[in-house]
Amino acid sequence: MTATVRGSYLFYRRPGLLTLLLLAPPILWIGIVYIGALLALLLQSFYSLDDFSGVIVREFTLKTYGELFERSNIEIIGRTVTMAAAVTVTSAVIAFPISYFAARYARGSTKAMFYLAVMMPLWSSYLVKVYAWKLILAKEGIITWIAGELHLAWALDALLSTPVIGGPSLSISYIGTYLVFVYIWLPYMILPVQAALERVPGNLIEAAADLGATPKQTFRTVILPLALPGVVAGSIFTFSLTLGDYIIPQIVGNSRAFIGQAVYTLQGNAGNIPLAAAFTVVPMLIMGLYLAMAKRLGAFDAL
Amino acid sequence: MRVFKTTLISLAAIAATGGIAAAQEMMKEIGKGEGQVDIVAWPGYIERGQSDKAYDWVTEFEKSTGCKVTVKTAATSDEMVTLMNQGGFDLVTASGDASLRLVAGKKVQPINIDLVPNWKNVDDRLKNAPWHTVDGVHYGTPYQWGPNVLAYNTNVFKEAPKSWSVVFEEQNLPDGKSNKGRVQAYYGAIYIADAALYLMRKKPELGIKNPYELNKDQYAAAIDLLKAQRALVGRYWGDAAVQVDDFKNEGVVASASWPYQVNLLQADKRPIASTIPEEGATGWADTTMMHASAAHPNCAYLWLNHSLEPKVQGDVAAWFGSVPAVPAACKGDELLTDTGCETNGYANFDKIWFWRTPIGKCEAEGTCVPYSQWAKDYIAVQGQ
Repeated sequence: MTATVRGSYLFYRRPGLLTLLLLAPPILWIGIVYIGALLALLLQSFYSLDDFSGVIVREFTLKTYGELFERSNIEIIGRTVTMAAAVTVTSAVIAFPISYFAARYARGSTKAMFYLAVMMPLWSSYLVKVYAWKLILAKEGIITWIAGELHLAWALDALLSTPVIGGPSLSISYIGTYLVFVYIWLPYMILPVQAALERVPGNLIEAAADLGATPKQTFRTVILPLALPGVVAGSIFTFSLTLGDYIIPQIVGNSRAFIGQAVYTLQGNAGNIPLAAAFTVVPMLIMGLYLAMAKRLGAFDAL
Repeated sequence: MRVFKTTLISLAAIAATGGIAAAQEMMKEIGKGEGQVDIVAWPGYIERGQSDKAYDWVTEFEKSTGCKVTVKTAATSDEMVTLMNQGGFDLVTASGDASLRLVAGKKVQPINIDLVPNWKNVDDRLKNAPWHTVDGVHYGTPYQWGPNVLAYNTNVFKEAPKSWSVVFEEQNLPDGKSNKGRVQAYYGAIYIADAALYLMRKKPELGIKNPYELNKDQYAAAIDLLKAQRALVGRYWGDAAVQVDDFKNEGVVASASWPYQVNLLQADKRPIASTIPEEGATGWADTTMMHASAAHPNCAYLWLNHSLEPKVQGDVAAWFGSVPAVPAACKGDELLTDTGCETNGYANFDKIWFWRTPIGKCEAEGTCVPYSQWAKDYIAVQGQ
């Protein structure tokens, strides 16, 4: 009996073996590259940095996590989460009517155009878009100019003099950072919401009308609950993407650090890997909680 | 038994260091080129005419030596150190905050300057600079240097500002308006040294001897100064392109900057000039260093020599906005022109404190605040 034949007999008698062999590479990939890296990260966060020599002390300690609760670090986390939440809510509010139109009214070439319009920003470079926004929002940029031409400079000034979110110009304020975030991540909200709305059966809406529901009632009791998983799925994207981004706030904003920037600086320049790792665990925890919540709302049925 | 173990370990340690020491031997002669040399460099440091035909100092080297040059650009000093630790490269253009780390980590080898005929061209001020010379041994050849200048708007300042105070303390600028929201500071924590440099003169009672070596009190004073500065600064700059744009569109009129941005702004006909105030300035100085186990040592030596040709030095300086390590490059270079060196800061060498990584054990104070602390606190300063 040749080896090949013997081999195929073996696989015939033990079908599980073949499956295992086929699955081994992807499992190893996920196990080592993905989960292994995460575990290494987690491990690092339990080390600490000796403040004096700047050397990493490889002993188990919770000191690094303690540092997360220092005021400036708590502020970084609060700032990032607030921004992510604001961006997510705004994206949902803007995306819903757009998706609704696309899913229920657009037909044929209009629909193709719609897809193109939503996807097109994703094709161009992220950096180019962010730099373009910096110019648009600049003190001597087009928005200030238009406000001046329309004699609305006072309104812009009033907006910018709002405490906390204001600043010397739109591009040096939280308002600017927020606008750019919303612009950049909006497509990631529109697409899942639209997918969810497409699946709302038309006959349910007609039935609601037949039974005497006003359009408002139909929307509230039929469409919205059925589309909600799509909104939650979209919010997972916008929320987690905002939570981790470190480039937008560096180009447009007032230099107050977000989690991503803190991680970048701590691991890159300072060699403070433990604190950087501890910072990375924060968005992971937040997203874990968020995903658990989303799962209960049935968000993953719409993916 | 325990004694035996310890002896074994120390023997192993001796053997290990011995091995490294052997690898650290200087080369005695240059053999035939290996046909290749791999370099880690700052973007813009090694050009082969791809960005602009006039700026090419590689093609001719490849033709005359037969060594093909490959370049891997790195964006930060840390990236350079990481790449060198991984190995696979022959040379690196390391700044002062990376060079000593490389020497301490035994990642670079001593350079036999007798094998680099152009060493005689090197600026005397750089020949024994502490960021590449350890115990009288050279670990590389100087490449380029430059100051962190004070860039200012000439419409606002009819005369160059005399002190860094225009960016550190709230005051009315010569145009009568406050400097609040119109100045910038550097995004990296190494900028704490700029604050310390300002305090060296402003508050002599602190006794700061070296802005990279600060004890607790001196450090606290620098942080306090930077906290007050936060109210004046709209945005910190980390990206040269962002700063150029902020000078153009955000009404920034004064900031710590590099000659690179100033040259760009002047080329664009903006009313920007630069100066080095009376307190002096921080700066950077880069060294071409050779990997301890370079695979192409002969070509590497040939490049070291080539990199010190006046023509190469002048062209790099013109492209990068830096000062050449070879004074002869300042005369007669077409691209740099005869005023280029002066513009980029040639005469200010003595006023400059070159970048170094602040470490816990230091000469000036015994124990100093290390860089990891700088980084953490500077994030807090910016966030307040």
